[in-house]
Amino acid sequence: MGVDVFAIAAAALMALGFYGFVAQPHPLRRILAINIFGNGVFMSMILIARWLPDGPDTVPHAMVITGLVIAVSASAFGLALIRRQALNRRSEPGSTDD
Amino acid sequence: MTEALPALLVFIPFLAGVLQFVTDRRGIPLLPVVTTVITAALTGWLIADVAAHGPVEHFLGGWEPPLGIRLHADGLAVVMLLLTAITGTMVSVYALASHGRHVPGASHFWALWLLLWGSLNALFLSGDLFNIYVTLEMVSLAAIPLVLLAGAGKTTDATLRYLLYALFGSLVYLAGVALVYGIAGTLDLSLAADPLADSGFAGALAASCLVLGIMIKAAIVPFHVWLPAAHGGAPAAASALLSALVVKAAVYLLLRLWTDPLAGLASAPAGQFLGAVGAAAIVYGSVRAFLQERLKLVIAYSTIAQLGYMLLFFPMAVTLAWEGAVYHGLAHGIAKAALFLAAGNVIAYVGHDRLRELSGLDRPLAISLFAFALAGVSIMGLPPSGGFIAKWLLLRAAAETGQWWWLVVLTVGGLLSAAYMFRVLRFAFLRSAGATVDHQGPRPGPLRVWPTMALALLAIALGVTAAPILALLGGMP
Repeated sequence: MGVDVFAIAAAALMALGFYGFVAQPHPLRRILAINIFGNGVFMSMILIARWLPDGPDTVPHAMVITGLVIAVSASAFGLALIRRQALNRRSEPGSTDD
Repeated sequence: MTEALPALLVFIPFLAGVLQFVTDRRGIPLLPVVTTVITAALTGWLIADVAAHGPVEHFLGGWEPPLGIRLHADGLAVVMLLLTAITGTMVSVYALASHGRHVPGASHFWALWLLLWGSLNALFLSGDLFNIYVTLEMVSLAAIPLVLLAGAGKTTDATLRYLLYALFGSLVYLAGVALVYGIAGTLDLSLAADPLADSGFAGALAASCLVLGIMIKAAIVPFHVWLPAAHGGAPAAASALLSALVVKAAVYLLLRLWTDPLAGLASAPAGQFLGAVGAAAIVYGSVRAFLQERLKLVIAYSTIAQLGYMLLFFPMAVTLAWEGAVYHGLAHGIAKAALFLAAGNVIAYVGHDRLRELSGLDRPLAISLFAFALAGVSIMGLPPSGGFIAKWLLLRAAAETGQWWWLVVLTVGGLLSAAYMFRVLRFAFLRSAGATVDHQGPRPGPLRVWPTMALALLAIALGVTAAPILALLGGMP
């Protein structure tokens, strides 16, 4: 097969997400980076489903759906923690906002 | 009936955890106590059955793979179930005091712990890569909120960092799962082994993603940065579960994958590399443990060091090393739970865990400190303890394979762990001319003291129970 634009996109998302996770100190940006990385992983799984010899395979699709559910709930937990962190900082006297 | 045991071990704690969560009882935690007794008894039954008749297999709902889920209890799985049941039962007894009636967040502790127990059992019994991903996530999502229970926003930063690393690690692992499916067309651990063995670069990439993802979750150096604050900041009962079971589950997975689906890809240089990472973890964790000023941080850094020993299996990869690594996981889990519970007793009595202000604790906290010292004997690897047996097996494996450099690592690691354990004991027993320590709480009651002591005694007793447990484990797959 020739160059697949989806493969390049998946690789780019994973690279971008990885860079974000390593380089960004703020937790909100890191959550976003993890989700971008995750989207790259999910995209590559759908590609693998298409490339398998027996045509589009349903097992990776099921895995993506399960993975999305887990990623959404874990991200929600992370966002709730970030909110709590911000509220803690606000209630601490003499603390500087960042 | 015995075929249903693996399913019951997963669903009974789950169901009880969910019920505990929705009912949010503030009275005596009756449901968790009953569930603990039932789950521990069923674990014992399953272990006895596997010991007598060999591995047990169960297809959930009668559906066979690839659609259904296969639960599989082999020697390695039941040894991990044994560790979970022993540690879990003792921590449950301890939590009756530390998270009993009218303690804020107690109901959440019980709900999360029961969900965690079910998730751990599911992880150990899973036989395919994707179910392992799901169960790993369930373990993380049940374990991470436990850190928050320290209360009043004290551990929000540590919890968030733990979550971010766990989430990233599991997505890296998932990328590996996807690649394995692309190469092998199956997710079954055993069936994937042959297609992976001659898959070249793609297989190596898949294996790297799997191993890297798990290493992030297992807090292996250099991915350990989230562990000390999380394990050091959580309530004692939660710290014991996190350090003894949760990170251990990730290392267990590394052993499982390396010897089954990745067996054909597991080259000698890769094994030596993982061994070197383990050695780095041992030295780094021990030195940092020695430098800490807080008791719980000493124990947390000790976990980073002790997990390194289990990685020494990979360069040697012989039966002796296999037995040594798994036995080390068992011995460390039980001893580490005892250490964290003892530290919890110190904090309950004194109100803090600053090492330099702990002098003169030997009188009021005699049994807890004795338990701490006994568990320390196992961590140091002195005979006759479980830690000694594990290190002795690893030493013999190093001698058998002629890899003398691991002998050096094991010896240096033992000396370093003796240094940080004795440093804690020196502060605790040292008495400055009749002065006793200022304390804020009452003396820990029997529900706090005796589970701690029981775990410490078990850590020592593992020194003489090696034969039946290693027979249960069986040889290297």
